[in-house]
Amino acid sequence: MREKLVLIGNGMAGVRTLEELLKLAPDKYDITVFGEEPYGNYNRIMLSPVLAGEKTIDEIMINDLQWYEDNNIKLLSGKKVTTIDRLNRVVTADDGSTENYDRLLLATGSRPFMLPIPGSDLEGVISFRDIADVDTMLETAKIHKKAVVIGGGLLGLEAANGLMIQGMDVSVVHISDVLMNQQLDKPASDLMLEELRGKGLTFLMEHQTEAIIGRDRVEKLRFKDGSEIDADLVVMAVGIRPNIELASSAGIHCDRGIVVDDTMQTFDPRIYAVGECVQHRSQTFGLVAPLFEQAKVCSNHLAQMGIARYISSVTSTKLKVTGIDLFSAGDFLGDDDTEDLVFKDAARKVYKKLVIKDNQLVGAVLYGDTVDGAWYFQLMRDGTDISDIRENMLFGQHHLGDSGHGPSNSVDGLPDDAEICGCNGVCKGDIVQAISKHGLFTLDEVKAHTKASASCGSCTGLVEQLLASTLGGDFNDTPSKKPMCGCTDLSHAEVRAAIIEKSLKNIPDLMSALEWKTEDGCHSCRPALNYYMLSSWPNEYQDDPQSRFINERVHANIQKDGTYSVVPRIWGGVTNPRELRAIADISEKYNVPTVKITGGQRIDLLGIKKEDLPKMWADLSDAGFVSGHAYGKSLRTVKTCVGSEWCRFGTQDSTGLGIKAEKMTWGSWTPHKFKIAVSGCPRNCAEATIKDFGIVCVDSGYELHVGGNGGIKVRATDFLTKVATEEEALEYCAAFMQLYREEAHYLERTAPWIERVGLKHVTSAVVDDEVNRKRLAERFHESQKNAQVDPWAEHAAKYKDNYIPIKQVV
Amino acid sequence: MSWTEVGPLVDIPKKGSRVLVTAEGDVAVFRTSGDQIFALFDQCPHKKGPLSQGIVYDNRVACPLHNWVIDMNSGEATGPDEGCTRTFETKIENGTVFISL
Repeated sequence: MREKLVLIGNGMAGVRTLEELLKLAPDKYDITVFGEEPYGNYNRIMLSPVLAGEKTIDEIMINDLQWYEDNNIKLLSGKKVTTIDRLNRVVTADDGSTENYDRLLLATGSRPFMLPIPGSDLEGVISFRDIADVDTMLETAKIHKKAVVIGGGLLGLEAANGLMIQGMDVSVVHISDVLMNQQLDKPASDLMLEELRGKGLTFLMEHQTEAIIGRDRVEKLRFKDGSEIDADLVVMAVGIRPNIELASSAGIHCDRGIVVDDTMQTFDPRIYAVGECVQHRSQTFGLVAPLFEQAKVCSNHLAQMGIARYISSVTSTKLKVTGIDLFSAGDFLGDDDTEDLVFKDAARKVYKKLVIKDNQLVGAVLYGDTVDGAWYFQLMRDGTDISDIRENMLFGQHHLGDSGHGPSNSVDGLPDDAEICGCNGVCKGDIVQAISKHGLFTLDEVKAHTKASASCGSCTGLVEQLLASTLGGDFNDTPSKKPMCGCTDLSHAEVRAAIIEKSLKNIPDLMSALEWKTEDGCHSCRPALNYYMLSSWPNEYQDDPQSRFINERVHANIQKDGTYSVVPRIWGGVTNPRELRAIADISEKYNVPTVKITGGQRIDLLGIKKEDLPKMWADLSDAGFVSGHAYGKSLRTVKTCVGSEWCRFGTQDSTGLGIKAEKMTWGSWTPHKFKIAVSGCPRNCAEATIKDFGIVCVDSGYELHVGGNGGIKVRATDFLTKVATEEEALEYCAAFMQLYREEAHYLERTAPWIERVGLKHVTSAVVDDEVNRKRLAERFHESQKNAQVDPWAEHAAKYKDNYIPIKQVV
Repeated sequence: MSWTEVGPLVDIPKKGSRVLVTAEGDVAVFRTSGDQIFALFDQCPHKKGPLSQGIVYDNRVACPLHNWVIDMNSGEATGPDEGCTRTFETKIENGTVFISL
């Protein structure tokens, strides 16, 4: 028999938990939901745009009644649960109806705090919390003129803005001299104050309300200083209080909220709680992003998978008032131990403040230009060491020497037909429509539905901006850690660590030890795991071809028509007539339709049928060629210029060194493709400064550069160090590659890896610590012993059958 | 129903496939980790990618061209993608795979 789960509270946090639970264990529970409001589940955050007339109630529904029916969930709306009998595990509602439970989930939310002042119970004094409040405001706006909002916080300002748009004269009363003092400092508040006054709002700063006066209905407000103001409507938005009465009356331990542990379990092990009603490690919650993370954790435990922990993290805020761009996150005020980076341009109404502690970003306030909010937020959550980017970070991500398409300025201004994703031709309008129509919340969902940012990923920032601006700013749903894929909750870093710690030496063992949710994994995690195994246990691991993408399985690049391309290795890009003649003969023998010189100085033979591959490889092998690995997450090519042997400017033998580097590194598997170049002088004809590892020869030696990229995002290399001899250059190359192989996430190029871990990390491991460098290089050479086997010769001899059909039926 | 012999089960790699060439085009014959056999017309409904070359997991295969994931049971694309590829009935008798073309 299925267990019974009862959810009290039909709001965003509770229902999100159910959604997550249904994904994990769809048949585990019979589910009943009690909700006080007579609706399905709606997006409470979007009440402000409803009040402002920018959205309708229908548009903000997340789960309509049909959803409950489709998922066999019994929804008891309009019923308030009044008692929980924990001994007999029964809840009773105000209409006398009862429901038994095996597990109980409390998501009772919060309620607005009403100031305990005379007159607060008069007609026309309301809060801003639910659809009924919005209805009251809209009705009042039709017949009355003067509105007063008490509280200049996020909610108060959104209410004030909405009422003003509905045609009322609105005054905002605020107790301090800083608006949104939970999110802003004084300079940002002053800029905003000026702008909101310009829009037509009146502000009474540093005013404390003493009483609300009126006969039946509110007529005016009186302040502590004795002054008065007329009012037909008063909206109190001075804060929220967790709803704990029900839990408390049932004897569940409560403080300010219902106290939960890291698994979202309350004092009673059968009872869980999520959302604004909870208190976790003495913190309570009012924004949506943490609630979603709680939902994830709680559902995991309700499904009895038992592996998730809730760790509260920094949150960010945006204000949903059209025309006001504001972003705030973390510790934006700072203290004696922090340093501030501040930018202020009053004429353009732009203010930015970044708070830094121990070389990490710990807080940010952005006003007027919030394009980089998501980026700063990511830096904060990742705890990135910012010492390298400190000089320029205040100006935003696209000022970091990235000449590719960095985030362009605000997507809000773009027309609907502006192309956001160039790979898949997806326009802004398509994305916005998909977000509202399908109720998408996360980047992954947008990827799945629209394909935007699903290919090369260079438009990810733009798509995130569209998500934020379409859903409202609170939807900064960037998880603090990203799971590898849907098969696990563990991140790449956690999986890599577990492989070593638990000594997991093959994929099936790993999947069972780390409780993979799927039998076989998927096309996303299997290749990653196969690589991690290979790089962690180079001498023991038996490669799993079925966990490799087709290109690496057949050592050739699949093309759009299902044929393949073949690229023989040409060391350092130096060839000769004999080799060229052999390639020409082989191309004719197999009727190769296209022969093309590649960007990496190799020759690409395109349009080869799969069954011809082994024969062609055998012929290439006979002519002395090995695989060029143009298909692999591996060392690709070492590009060179002619150097001192011929060039009148050349300072060193760049071709010779390039060939040595290629002979040393070929055949190695890496997290993503890896490119090397060697230039003979600073004119840099081999373009070494956009390679993963680049060597620029100078008269006195060799300059070593790392982390360059010429692809999606052009990134110039970081200078690593300068050495005097070829031997040293090669040792650094091996050590750097090994560090990357051991530490980067699968499918992470050196450029984003270095940006993630910081150049300092690389320098201290490879440059400053000679012993470590030598050890890294040693490990690289050790793993190369097994790696430098030509796969072409091997497959042509041993695995020919893999390339032909099993049978022909005519 | 007429059955055509494909070949021995062991000739198809686990979590892999082999191609059967027919007059109407290639058919991909898959073997899952649990030794189930599925057969699909070897063309992804998206851009005709050869599904036989994809990564196989559970009852699904990911197309090698753009990672559409096809349910091998129904031939339908999964998730928000929409499209369907033809399926064929198969059976295993005494270690030999048969298909109904």
